[in-house]
Amino acid sequence: MKKTELKKKESPETGENSGMKRRSFVKLLGGGIFIFFQPWSTLDLLAIPLQERRSLTKDYNAFLQIAADGTVKCFTGKIEMGQGVITSLAQMMADELNVPFEKVKMVMGDTDLCPYDAGTWGSQTTQTFGPNMRAAAAEARAVLLDLASARLGVPASQLDVRDGTVVDSKNAKNKVTYGELAKGQKLEKYLDVKPSVEEYTKFTYVGKPYNRVDSYEKVTGKAKYAGDLKLPGMVFARILRPPSHGAKLTSVDVSPAEKIEGVKVVRDGDFIAVISENRDKVDEAIVKIKAEYSFNEMKVNDKTLFDWMLSADSAANVARTTGDIETGYKISDKIFESEYHDVYLAHAAIETHTALAQLVGDKMTVWAATQSPFGLQDGIVRELGFPREKVRVITPFVGGGFGGKAAYQQGVEAARLAKLTGKPVMVVWTRDEEFFYDTFHSAGVVKVNSGIDKSGLITMWDYHVWYAGTRGADTIYDVPNAKTTSYSRGKNAPPVHPFSTGPWRAPNNNTNTFARESQIDIMASKAGIDPLEFRLKNLKDEKMIDCLKAVADKFGYVAGKAPSGRGIGIACGTDAGTWVAEMAEVKVDKNTGKVQVVRIACAQDMGLCVNPEGALIQMEGCITMGLGYTFTEEVFFEGGNILTRGYDTYEIPRFSWLPKIDCVILDRKDKPPKGGGEPAIIAIGAVVANAIYDATGARLYRVPMTPARVLNAIKKV
Amino acid sequence: MEERISFNLNGKKTELVTDPNQTLLWVLRNHFNLTGTKYGCGTGFCGACTVLIDKEPVRSCMLPVGDVAGKTVVTIEGLAKNGKLHPLQQAFIDHEALQCGYCTPGMIMTATGLLMKNPSPSRQEIISGLEENLCRCGAHMRIIDAVTAASKVMKGGK
Repeated sequence: MKKTELKKKESPETGENSGMKRRSFVKLLGGGIFIFFQPWSTLDLLAIPLQERRSLTKDYNAFLQIAADGTVKCFTGKIEMGQGVITSLAQMMADELNVPFEKVKMVMGDTDLCPYDAGTWGSQTTQTFGPNMRAAAAEARAVLLDLASARLGVPASQLDVRDGTVVDSKNAKNKVTYGELAKGQKLEKYLDVKPSVEEYTKFTYVGKPYNRVDSYEKVTGKAKYAGDLKLPGMVFARILRPPSHGAKLTSVDVSPAEKIEGVKVVRDGDFIAVISENRDKVDEAIVKIKAEYSFNEMKVNDKTLFDWMLSADSAANVARTTGDIETGYKISDKIFESEYHDVYLAHAAIETHTALAQLVGDKMTVWAATQSPFGLQDGIVRELGFPREKVRVITPFVGGGFGGKAAYQQGVEAARLAKLTGKPVMVVWTRDEEFFYDTFHSAGVVKVNSGIDKSGLITMWDYHVWYAGTRGADTIYDVPNAKTTSYSRGKNAPPVHPFSTGPWRAPNNNTNTFARESQIDIMASKAGIDPLEFRLKNLKDEKMIDCLKAVADKFGYVAGKAPSGRGIGIACGTDAGTWVAEMAEVKVDKNTGKVQVVRIACAQDMGLCVNPEGALIQMEGCITMGLGYTFTEEVFFEGGNILTRGYDTYEIPRFSWLPKIDCVILDRKDKPPKGGGEPAIIAIGAVVANAIYDATGARLYRVPMTPARVLNAIKKV
Repeated sequence: MEERISFNLNGKKTELVTDPNQTLLWVLRNHFNLTGTKYGCGTGFCGACTVLIDKEPVRSCMLPVGDVAGKTVVTIEGLAKNGKLHPLQQAFIDHEALQCGYCTPGMIMTATGLLMKNPSPSRQEIISGLEENLCRCGAHMRIIDAVTAASKVMKGGK
């Protein structure tokens, strides 16, 4: 049994706080029972990059409020951006507290109300936050049982809870609801919880498919995103942007913009904006500003990129070694050398970065489309000098993130303008700004040397990855001599990327899985072994083997050596603690190079699946989105100038691309839940490349696999 | 410069005095507080701002408000009748045909226009009809299923 500490103190120890004093928190939310707990351990925080990390706060916010009507409000710093945790977290909460699912309301991403959270990314909500939350909820249930025990006059051990009602197991008439316990209360309980692995089998809500709880609002247009909010006296702003990254403003004439009726120019050094109550007016005004720039750009573009990366001053880091790589080279019967290229990708969420900021007295409130409300709060503290408790970030629904809204520049801009003007300011980035300031998925180069023996067993795996990171870079296969080397920016070396890069759905894993699974296919083909059989032969990882068998079954796979002419591909990998295997069938037009994916099957082992319906939707979403980086998505640039600034030049998947999609989630109710928002995207590039090879004998070494590149590869066959 | 512009908005006669060159999208959102119509790209490529004008799906980010004078405009807020959801809205809920929901109003309005013209579209016709609407979350498969289901329900209602 875990230790539960019930403090009866009036106010907790003071420490670094997350924004609001405890008293005002309770006042703001009214009465009821409040459960406080710190959802993070020191260990969890160590996983966060230093500059984004906070020390553990002692004055943390409440985690649960049980109100007199029996409603359970759960406060979390996580946000809802379509991934569906607003539903799955409520399912977990309902089970641990034994309350009806409908009674649980999630309050998300509000820095004044919710306990600190580093950000919503990395498929961590269910696997890392989930167990902490569940453990705390279980403790909260124990608190409620103690209260009920006092009320009903029987020991807690004699009590059962069903649907939010505590019942005396020896006298069914002796009962009390959570709501009744909370009535007239202003009770605060503090928990010191150590999450432990719980029994995952006795669930009412978890493990069953639930429809999203936010769909009614979203189909009626009632759902509020940051840009949908309105405050009295609110103005829209557009900010003067440089033509390219690294450009410096040398002279500016704002007078033509000032002449437009209803428009004001706001200036703070090189930060220049126009504001107006009328959105069209700021669009009209911003282009009237005459600005000159000096340029000091990097001499790299999308064509020279890969040589640029390979010749950059890089630091090598050996991420993993097994056996002896030199021995591996010596004992290999055949050695394969390949180089794979991946490009910069934009997130291209349909909602652009948006924020509304309002300064009232000395308190700044920002409503922002962000994956990182607490990060934005810190950004405003850092850049504008507000004390942390004077900054509140509220996160309404987010219109897609994919990692791109881990960056929060627009929120700082809105706050800065609200501070400068004293008015509520709405900043809605244009699509052009969205592309320009995106924190792109990093381009990268992978070089693999690998070897097999005469029987088709992998003997050596020498893997080098430049600037794409190590997520998914280790071989999942059973290789006696393996080495993974990652190259990143050297100490004191100039930057390699001319613009910002950042996490993009399953960061880096798309690059690494594309390279690894392509290389495996090359070896299988040269060994004359069916690609599924080759993988199974070289794997000891039982979860991977199970996923491959499950996907082959779902797909109706018939063995055949590639290239078989059928256009069937296989690929697999792991991400966010989840195992995934995929198969695809493609049709290749050998005259045009155009590829149509006919069908994709996907099998996933994600441990306990909290919401099977939500997880399926995420898998389908990953597969569909993955077709984008596979076929079309590529950011073109010249130095710091982004040339791809709209959906006309950056094409994302459309309805006509859609293959038939069949997904299967392996039944693993007895295992802890793992990530589900990203894994199924990692193997799409590889599974399609391998299917194209099977169809044509042409090998693609880079994404996106445009018709021109496919044609070019076919010509080389 | 300002003009009096009259049109029918979500079933009601509406009048406003404004610069006729203002974009319909921003007038809907800021003057009428109909924020279900979304800004996505401002250049007509994504479809998040789609509304019906005289039963035709139109990108409101590209249209001066003066152009709707005397016409009938329906936004996502005008689809439900007497508190009852439009069959397409219900089908999107039933089929979980959305994730972040930001493209959803534009998808539903485009699909509404499609079903007005073609009450029982084939799968291929639905794909063609929605092809110019972008969804980044990858809800496409379920959106097609939802439109198919709604078309069946609507025919049953006639």
